[in-house]
Amino acid sequence: MAVLSPPKVGGRPDQQEPRARRSKGGLAGRLFEYLSVGAGLLILVTLAAVAGFLVLRAWPALTASPEELQEISWFGSSTFLGYVGPLIFGTLLASLLALLIAVPLAVGIALFISHYAPRRLAQSLGYVIDLLAAIPSVVYGLWGALWLAPTLDPAFRWMTDFLGWIPLFEGYQPPAKNVLTASIVLAVMILPIITAVAREVFLQAPRLHEEAALALGATRWEMVRMAVLPFGRSGVISASMLGLGRALGETMAVLMILSPGFLYSFFLLKPGQHQSIAANIASKFPEASGLSVSALIATGLALFVITLAVNMFARWIISRRSEFSGAN
Amino acid sequence: MTTTTPELTSVTPARTRLPSWSPWAFAAGSLVLAFLVLLVLSSPTPAGVVLLGAVVYAVALTVTSRVVEGERRANDRLATTLVTFAFALALVPLVSLLWTVITEGAARFGPSFLNTNMVGVFGEMTEGGVYHAIMGTLYITLAAAAISVPIGILTAIYLVEYGRGHLARGVTFLVDVMTGIPSIVAGLFAFTLFTLVFGPAYRAGIMGAAALAVLMTPVVIRSVEEMLRLVPNELREAAYALGVPKWLTIIKVVLRTAIAGIVTGVMLAVARVIGETAPLLLTVGIVADVNWDLFDGRMATLPVYAYRQYSQGGIGVERAWAAALTLILIVMLLNIVARLVSRYFSPKASR
Amino acid sequence: MSKRIDVSDLNVYYSDFLAVADVSMTIEERSVTALIGPSGCGKSTFLRTLNRMHEVIPGARVEGKAVMDGQDLYASDVDPVEVRRQVGMVFQRPNPFPTMSIAENVLAGVKLNNRRISKGDASDLVESSLQGANLWTEVKDRLDRPGSSLSGGQQQRLCIARAIAVKPDVLLMDEPCSALDPISTLAIEDLMAELKSEYTIVIVTHNMQQAARVSDRTAFFNIAGTGKPGRLIEMDETSTMFSSPNVQATEDYISGRFG
Repeated sequence: MAVLSPPKVGGRPDQQEPRARRSKGGLAGRLFEYLSVGAGLLILVTLAAVAGFLVLRAWPALTASPEELQEISWFGSSTFLGYVGPLIFGTLLASLLALLIAVPLAVGIALFISHYAPRRLAQSLGYVIDLLAAIPSVVYGLWGALWLAPTLDPAFRWMTDFLGWIPLFEGYQPPAKNVLTASIVLAVMILPIITAVAREVFLQAPRLHEEAALALGATRWEMVRMAVLPFGRSGVISASMLGLGRALGETMAVLMILSPGFLYSFFLLKPGQHQSIAANIASKFPEASGLSVSALIATGLALFVITLAVNMFARWIISRRSEFSGAN
Repeated sequence: MTTTTPELTSVTPARTRLPSWSPWAFAAGSLVLAFLVLLVLSSPTPAGVVLLGAVVYAVALTVTSRVVEGERRANDRLATTLVTFAFALALVPLVSLLWTVITEGAARFGPSFLNTNMVGVFGEMTEGGVYHAIMGTLYITLAAAAISVPIGILTAIYLVEYGRGHLARGVTFLVDVMTGIPSIVAGLFAFTLFTLVFGPAYRAGIMGAAALAVLMTPVVIRSVEEMLRLVPNELREAAYALGVPKWLTIIKVVLRTAIAGIVTGVMLAVARVIGETAPLLLTVGIVADVNWDLFDGRMATLPVYAYRQYSQGGIGVERAWAAALTLILIVMLLNIVARLVSRYFSPKASR
Repeated sequence: MSKRIDVSDLNVYYSDFLAVADVSMTIEERSVTALIGPSGCGKSTFLRTLNRMHEVIPGARVEGKAVMDGQDLYASDVDPVEVRRQVGMVFQRPNPFPTMSIAENVLAGVKLNNRRISKGDASDLVESSLQGANLWTEVKDRLDRPGSSLSGGQQQRLCIARAIAVKPDVLLMDEPCSALDPISTLAIEDLMAELKSEYTIVIVTHNMQQAARVSDRTAFFNIAGTGKPGRLIEMDETSTMFSSPNVQATEDYISGRFG
């Protein structure tokens, strides 16, 4: 038979006996494995380096005396905490406002795509929302400052006229370079990530529960409320945390829209009240030198720690959820 | 659904339903009503009509449904309305953003804008363009990809093919953490790293590339990991059974099978970082001319260019819009090519 | 080209779980040995230990000996990759490489190992292997089409051709017909009858009739209960096993009075 006459195949003289070799796959194989392990370790090293270098450069500012700090022209405080406090406040305020706007919208969009839109359209509609994530932040900044701010102007006028007795909406001054405008742009920017994660978990809701609810005569909304939303709750929370992390670190939209100020203020419509850490760094860094660089890097370190905590919290919820449901 | 047996009617009284075309009728009616109301009060704008019409629609439909169909159906209709509005509302920023970028950007956009740099352009001169910024963006992004793609692919291989136990779980966690690093922090990191080594005045494209690489690597890892996990285990086993060592199996079977997905993932990661502004603002700055040396001196990039032109005001704003249009075109091109690659080059799934 | 395997006191573990215990058997050369038994009894696990494919699963390990022509497959100086070159394997579901053509699939064992092979040798090897797998006449006009363009039965024969192109001594088949229709199954069974003149063949099957049709010797594995290890109950000439087995459990299983 044909297979009996082996055609000569080059380079396999020792094929008949298992070769006396301990190594698994030889030198090249081990080298490849080490290379891939090394790449994994490099991730660890990089993160450690990010934290390490930031601490190293921030240290002079963290330990500087009040007199030294006051030599920095824009440093309106005698302690580092006094300086970074309003910035942290501004960052959190803008991001939480953005979250407040984005989460209900994102849940609605995710439900629309997963349970309301025609099945054939669902994927394309998902792509459309994902397009929002593809747009560069500087373009959002341009759009927010040059289109959205003038567009919102009449609405803000109306709010301060009719709702001005609520301190939140008091004292609007055009142009609309206030924290609410910045937050709306941030909300649009984090919409896709929250939508994407929420959509994923809504689609994972057990089909059997949904059908059981419908079989009991539930309307579509009752089915969603009974079978989909409870199942997706922790997913939506972790998605919101991921969105929050994104919003906290976003620089350009805030930098280009918000007219900065360093106050603990809840006047959402007044300009010159708030500033975020990231935007503050971007605006001051190009002209900074010496100790002021260290001070800015120290604020960056604070931002790093906050986003790290938020992201870890989000991941923790996700991992806890996957333990519960057994679905990863 | 409305047919109920006589015995059951006592429990759940069969109520009349609104006809299936009623939402459309209500929508049309609401828009007309909103238009008329605004006409009486002031001058109607398209945005105002749609906004008021939406409110009228939601209220009218819900109330009518409550009267005709009962509370449960009314709630269902309200939920459907709100969910649909949420989606429609999300389209507003997308459409208006693309529309403004295209209309505003078109004023200055054109071959001469793409082909000139900013040398000798000042004041209200209408000359000047983005040639140097496009080159700088491509150059820096390519350098970032050159750093992060090999590391990303190797790390993904480690996680999927070799990783076990604590180290693998730790790396997975750290990749998640790295995904959340704010871009400005990545910029500060690159700045600190390079200025510590080369002195405080050092500025170079490579700094920006390093910052972008920090942002890009976790994205590459995640997408490559996902692609590698999609490769059926049967193919790995088939190769092992032929006496192929593991590393050759990974390179020649696993990577070969996943290559289209990997290319797509890498291109999407590039599209993600190509518009990053903040880290480049800190590290690379801006210049008026092309700088071909990645390791020495400032470089112009599209996002920073757009930001700087915007802050200068005047004619700069027009350039900023045109630069934004250029940037969006590049990003969209990358996205489209990436999707085409995954559609046409993925191996057809064997049954 | 064919070798016999002597297995003695073989235990297979997944981490701490003992999956197969105390297997000792002799697999004769140039014959078909069938492994039968209920699901989960460890016959596939045992089969995979014969070419050390078992180790691919993390945490899996083996105690005992499997000696092929005087060489213990589990001796410390043996490279599992070399073992797999001598003991080929065909899987339950046909798994041609989707990125390769039919011809490239046959040459996969050579190409994936970075071996150089001249064009003439390559086409000879493709033809001889495909003829060996009774597939040559069906595909000789479309060797550059992707392997996944074939029907399920043809794909499985392509996988057999791919396995014999490496010139193994032993061919392991893990339920090779379970995903195929009856006509393709018949083709594979005929092929086995031809291949056993060159190769030692071990086949795992759930199909009693198939075991009776194709095998010379049959081994019956059984499991006492979930969580217990699978064991070799008895092994004998196929005709003896199917007419007068020594153990009651074997007779029960073969006659369908099981579970």
